[in-house]
Amino acid sequence: MSLINASNRGTYTLFKKEILRFWRVAFQTMASPVLTALLYLLIFSHVLEGKVQVYESVPYTAFLIPGLIMMSLLQNAFANSSSSLIQSKVMGNIVFILLTPLSYLQFYIALLGAAMVRGLFVGLAIYLVALFFVSLHIAHLGWILTFAILGSALLGTFGIIAGIWADKFDQMAAFQNFVIMPLTFLSGVFYSIHSLPMFWQTVSKFNPFFYMIDGFRYGFFGKGDVSPWLSLAVVVTFLFALAWVCLKMLKSGYKLRA
Amino acid sequence: MTPAIQINQIQKHFGGLCALKGIDLTIPQGEFFGLLGPNGAGKSTLINILAGLLKPSAGSASIMGHDVVANYQAARMALGVVPQELVFDPFFNVREMLRFQAGYFGRGPENDAWVDEILEGLGLTDKAHTNMRKLSGGMKRRALIAQALAHKPPVIVLDEPTAGVDVELRQMLWEFIKKLNHEGHTIILTTHYLEEAETLCSRVAMMKQGEIVALDSTANLLNKFAGKNLRLTLGDVALPASLLSMLKSRENGVYLLTLNALNQMEFALSELRKANVAIEDMQLIEPDLEDVFLSLVGKQAKEAHA
Repeated sequence: MSLINASNRGTYTLFKKEILRFWRVAFQTMASPVLTALLYLLIFSHVLEGKVQVYESVPYTAFLIPGLIMMSLLQNAFANSSSSLIQSKVMGNIVFILLTPLSYLQFYIALLGAAMVRGLFVGLAIYLVALFFVSLHIAHLGWILTFAILGSALLGTFGIIAGIWADKFDQMAAFQNFVIMPLTFLSGVFYSIHSLPMFWQTVSKFNPFFYMIDGFRYGFFGKGDVSPWLSLAVVVTFLFALAWVCLKMLKSGYKLRA
Repeated sequence: MTPAIQINQIQKHFGGLCALKGIDLTIPQGEFFGLLGPNGAGKSTLINILAGLLKPSAGSASIMGHDVVANYQAARMALGVVPQELVFDPFFNVREMLRFQAGYFGRGPENDAWVDEILEGLGLTDKAHTNMRKLSGGMKRRALIAQALAHKPPVIVLDEPTAGVDVELRQMLWEFIKKLNHEGHTIILTTHYLEEAETLCSRVAMMKQGEIVALDSTANLLNKFAGKNLRLTLGDVALPASLLSMLKSRENGVYLLTLNALNQMEFALSELRKANVAIEDMQLIEPDLEDVFLSLVGKQAKEAHA
């Protein structure tokens, strides 16, 4: 029996189209983020290895890699859904989707699914390449997968919201530069928040990205700045909140159907 | 039989602007229907409501008996819309786009034969593997029409499909659309080219400022609203005063008179003979939808003025 039937073919088709869309430009959507992450890795590890030790018996390069994987995974999940939407809106070809019987839920599932696939693939690629530079211990594979999947879902959803909200490419760029970038960089990708002054530690604790990265890193080293259960609770809460906002927007037809 | 399209008291407001003022319209299955009107008349707004791109402010509409809001999935399954703007997805080739489009409607590989038929019918077969970005304007227009047909909808709406399209392509498109109509598809066409509507559509609605100002068979509209025209080449002379009420236009000694009835021609000729005016050339011209249109728009403008 085939998994694809008349009732789910619409969702599957949109998912497949979204996957092919980034796959056709894989050099830009997959290879380039992997290269960027590697450049961070080479430079930061070269400069800081031996000078900074966050956890006992964990070299800085090893500490850095999970952060870089998660950062790229999150940014690419966001980039996929947001750029797909803003492009189709500006080009006008979103009308081809709006004319179909696809429900708002099917639309959400298909776009989110493709965003998650891109984020997870970029993350996996960085992990595999990083293995050439350093041997990485895995303490809890379950936590790694949980935070990778939830993180990609959260940012994929965030990308859909941004893609619906933005009317122009420069609005999207502003969103990316003034919201997504600061949140990722101030989340402990390159450091433990315990090395920050008290004020910034407190600020970091309001940043959901911190919990995604800390929880993910816990899966590798069995240690983190906070308990993985707290991180899980925060990430799930944010995911539900954003999914609720996103589905509300899609259901109402906000900026898509006047 | 369920009508292909049923529109009841549809209104649409954009802020303070009333784009549709309570439209009622029924289009039976199998009809070739024309929706005409100047820019801003509300044609596209009406079509976008049928397509689910806009929500009506009041009233209801259904396609093949399915309400476009309450039962939007069934309604959209039955509808294929060719958008007015030349939009395309630059990532894919023509065949991929058509397969995707059919897939969104739940149609799988069993639909491929139909996709081939559309490609063939629209002269796109040798462009099937060409990226959408690389198609010429005319080819993009064909691909746009193909996309609307990919799920084989019983009701097809073409919103200004021939705007900026050359004569050859226009002919080909109409042959294909006529064939679909003969096979039972209901066609709704909006166009600026009135002669197109005249040759193709069995029934026509004329819209103006959010209202339908005329709705009838093309033949009836022509009889009702437009008389025949008499074109007389008279040279540099004055037209007898008794004929001035019939005068529609004059240019370089060529006079166009509107005849409400054919016996007015005899009257015109006798008046000219009485005034000793020699006729250099004479032509009887059949009315067209443009005359109907102008007479309706003109009449309304006068009424509004009074």
